Amino acid sequence: MHFNTGYRADAELLARRVGEIFTGYDAVVMPSGSCAAMVREWYPTLGVEPPSGVYELSEFLVDVLGVVDVGAYFPHTVTYHPTCHSLRSLRVGTRPEKLLSAVRGLKLLPLGGADECCGFGGTFSVKNPAVSAAMCTDKVRNVLDTGAEVLCAADNSCLMHIGGTMRRQRAGVRTMHLAQILASTEEEPA
Amino acid sequence: MTGARARGAGATGVSGTFVGMPAFPIASAKAVGDSQLRHNLHKATHTIRGKRAAVVGEQPDWTELRAAGAAIKNRVLRHLDVYLEQLEAAVVKAGGHVHWAADAAEANRIVTALVKATGETEVVKVKSMATQEIELNEALADAGITAYETDLAELIVQLGDDRPSHILVPAIHRNRAEIREIFQRSMSEWGRPAPADLADDPPALAEAARLHLRERFLAAKVGISGANFAVAETGTLVVLESEGNGRMCLTLPETLISVVGIEKLVPTWQDLEVFMQTLPRSSTGERMNPYTSMWTGAAEGQEFHLVLLDNGRTDVLADQVGRQALRCIRCSACLNVCPVYERAGGHAYGSVYPGPIGAILTPQLRGMSSELDESLPYASTLCGACYDVCPVEINIPEVLLDLRAKVAAAGGKGHRVERLAMAGARRVLESPGLLKAGQRAAGRFRRLTPRRLPGPLAGWTDTRDIPAPPPQSFREWWERNR
Repeated sequence: MHFNTGYRADAELLARRVGEIFTGYDAVVMPSGSCAAMVREWYPTLGVEPPSGVYELSEFLVDVLGVVDVGAYFPHTVTYHPTCHSLRSLRVGTRPEKLLSAVRGLKLLPLGGADECCGFGGTFSVKNPAVSAAMCTDKVRNVLDTGAEVLCAADNSCLMHIGGTMRRQRAGVRTMHLAQILASTEEEPA
Repeated sequence: MTGARARGAGATGVSGTFVGMPAFPIASAKAVGDSQLRHNLHKATHTIRGKRAAVVGEQPDWTELRAAGAAIKNRVLRHLDVYLEQLEAAVVKAGGHVHWAADAAEANRIVTALVKATGETEVVKVKSMATQEIELNEALADAGITAYETDLAELIVQLGDDRPSHILVPAIHRNRAEIREIFQRSMSEWGRPAPADLADDPPALAEAARLHLRERFLAAKVGISGANFAVAETGTLVVLESEGNGRMCLTLPETLISVVGIEKLVPTWQDLEVFMQTLPRSSTGERMNPYTSMWTGAAEGQEFHLVLLDNGRTDVLADQVGRQALRCIRCSACLNVCPVYERAGGHAYGSVYPGPIGAILTPQLRGMSSELDESLPYASTLCGACYDVCPVEINIPEVLLDLRAKVAAAGGKGHRVERLAMAGARRVLESPGLLKAGQRAAGRFRRLTPRRLPGPLAGWTDTRDIPAPPPQSFREWWERNR
């Protein structure tokens, strides 16, 4: 937020702190494409060495653990929004879809215009609210067109934006993070 | 800064310019509410987007071509002084005249004087971003000279007393019904009128424009153009176009004046090979553009003048992050994929350079001297679609972020309060105690989550609910369950 809005001194302080806390681990798993991209791509711009072994959740599961089927159970129709930074910064590709497809009971429905931004963009959403809302309206239209019960993404910021819009519109579609669906079981359903 | 002064001076009392436009959030909000504009832009951008994706996808060495394009342009920028003098010498040797313009005002003075020296009061123009940037048509009008745009889309803009809203297709905001209406209303004021029974299908509209323009081409004694590329080793200028109007303007008039930005250079003919592949595919979504004109110096019986334009470019070159914007070959691929451009339209950017490239080029060329210019680096969600399609690898998000840091550091309107809020948020985020207390409070009082937020944050709650905080934060869950 600080970095993306232009407040580099604040961003640097936070980056240094994150660097201190998360250095020395084999893997640092971030459940957000945007956060992982910030650490890996942009920390060097701030003169901060990124901690090693930073992975976005789907990268960690598929590449490091070599797991696609995590043994989850989620008997619902789901559509997946790939989020800009996962898609174009981290290039996680179809890893999240592979994980979702392996969930028992889950039916994954393709999302139209999936690669288009939802219009959040951090402070963009309040600095340019009209364009932001227009973008999200189109994203929600695509979500509703799938007929899915659940919209899934691997970034809570995008979910907060699309979810906030859908709740305001009484769209009747639930937003869930990828981790929530992968953690869902028959004993403890999400 | 010179650019900003020149714009102001050149534009006094002239309509059809971008001076005095509101900041991006205000202008774009108005555009978002225009259903006709939204429909036209959605249809046009998605059509070109699809065409581009198809012809880029079939090119097996696209990644290498992009890298080569970026490398060639980087070399040009690193040795700009050498290549410019090489170009000048080659053009002079081939019988042309070379003029140097530090800013828009100087370029306009030079071109006006050259036209006046011919004794003509009318010129025909090839579509050119450099002459749009310096507002040459307005400067010529002040001197009693009429400039006729001959590119179909520029003609639509000129006849409609309108402003361009896209780099490649300046009338992208118009549909064919609107174009028919503009032709019927205004063609007669400028020359051959449109037929009374003009239909709104593309062939009929093109035929009306063709007949209207043909008279111009045959009568014109002076032509004015820009250039897509200038080859330093031979002094050759290159124009790529689709309609043949450029070929007419470049060959028929007795005097040809070309206004070219100093960053348009390529060192050698061999370097052109890269851009001849990437530019048409990125811009119109074609493997090859219909017309490519190349000329070296003056043709026999023709007077040729080259005006080399700085107008803020050397200021951009001095910026280590921002200078990559000078690699731009004006293809417009970034506009066509930009979700913000698609909804805001080109006019909201308050410049002849709209869209993502405009958001980084305009503030740098003008020097961020207005509220509008300061708002442009924020006119993006940083989604990165622009960087993905750029044929010369301009990292637009990187430049946007750098410009935002400059705007925030300058602390202009609205940024003082924001600075305090950001510092406050940072203190909470870097302190585990404060963050924990905040999360716990939000969880306890989750029923009190407001429906409307005050001040600038109302921009969120106008169209979106605030997420209710979870009863238990991840931090609390971790403490109990790990």
